[in-house]
Amino acid sequence: MSGYDSALTVFSPDGHLFQVEYALEAVRKGTCAVGVRGKDVVVLGVEKKTVAKLQDPRTIRKITMLDDHVCLTFAGLQADARVLINKARIECQSHRLTVEDPVSVEYITRYIAGVQQKYTQSGGVRPFGISTLIIGFDADKVPKLYQTDPSGIYSSWKAASIGRSAKTVREFLEKNHKDDMDRDDTIKLAIRSLLEIVQTGAKNIEIAVMGNDSVLRTLDASEVEAVTALIEKENAAEAEKKNKKKGDASAAAGESSSAS
Amino acid sequence: MEALFGITGKGFVLTASDTTMARSIVIMKHGEDKSRVLNKNTLMMYTGEAGDTVQFAEYVQRNVQLYGIRNGVPLSAHATASYTRRELAKALRTRNPYHVNLLIAGTDPKTETPELYWLDHMASMVKMPFAAQGYASYFCMSTMDRYWKPDMTLEEAKALMQKCIDELKIRFIASLPQFTIKIVDKDGIRDVQL
Repeated sequence: MSGYDSALTVFSPDGHLFQVEYALEAVRKGTCAVGVRGKDVVVLGVEKKTVAKLQDPRTIRKITMLDDHVCLTFAGLQADARVLINKARIECQSHRLTVEDPVSVEYITRYIAGVQQKYTQSGGVRPFGISTLIIGFDADKVPKLYQTDPSGIYSSWKAASIGRSAKTVREFLEKNHKDDMDRDDTIKLAIRSLLEIVQTGAKNIEIAVMGNDSVLRTLDASEVEAVTALIEKENAAEAEKKNKKKGDASAAAGESSSAS
Repeated sequence: MEALFGITGKGFVLTASDTTMARSIVIMKHGEDKSRVLNKNTLMMYTGEAGDTVQFAEYVQRNVQLYGIRNGVPLSAHATASYTRRELAKALRTRNPYHVNLLIAGTDPKTETPELYWLDHMASMVKMPFAAQGYASYFCMSTMDRYWKPDMTLEEAKALMQKCIDELKIRFIASLPQFTIKIVDKDGIRDVQL
């Protein structure tokens, strides 16, 4: 122990806040979550931990509503998330009570990030061990996707990932994201990106879709499986095409060598 | 001088509230909706001190909404009424109680049971098959007592509501020219015409 990483969130001499960095580490250990924005739809996908045989899977909620039109998922410590979500839900209603309007997605993101920041600069507390993805629609009917992290940073994304192997997923999203995707393509991209790191496939993936009517719909296991099957078929076809091309190329190479 | 009515029928509650905002002897506004939607199947109507009513109704509305979001299950009409009564009772024992009289109408979306609660500013709560709030109750409770029967159809309930409003027009010294009529059933809350 150097003494800089115990009681309070204090600077180390080289300018680090160790507690915040440990919190980020807790996020990296958490299950993966992705968010993808389409043309008039926004999708959240999460990696579900396999539940124990005797456990009730309904009691594990990773995708939660903050208000009628805003939805949140997280990566990191579940228990910390519950506290943060509770604060956010109260703020949503409090905002409606004071200004008679629902919160904007940016506003509630900024509020959540604000709470997370406060827990890096107050005595006797530790930072929240979670990053969040927040999706929703404002009055303008444009899909929104925001991310926050334990330090209190928040930012807007076209497609984002947090949690375990978030970097792999992000790189995949960067390669494959297109603007103005329709509903099916957006869902497919979310599932494809998660399949990069979820070995067990469809049964450990949960998908929630919000259209511009602001209604959130969680896909059934069978629907996720159908998309997964489709993706596998496409991948197989792609691989075959590649193989064939390779075969053709090597055959051509063989011919030319025999001609000479 | 304000009037609120509620009549339960088969699978619905029919409600009426007058639309007059008055201060002392002066009418300040027509067309005010004296109700708040608490959740999909619960409606709160209010009369009383001008500022208190809206403040209190919206406070309850937001807390009922918060409960729904937190628990993934909407608060039932009975629970809503109990919660509201408790909030009134708490405020009653402070320096600044709310001067609000309420009717809470709800229909359980699964069982389709209609429920109607009458609450006053002294925080008493009664579940009733039909109810009226304000001076209107002096004239109309007897009318409803005479003509109300269990499992009324919407048409029958509308006719009874019309009877009550007509009774006010004949007997009540103040004029209440317009009422907002709403129905609360398993599908939600809608405006209806008598």
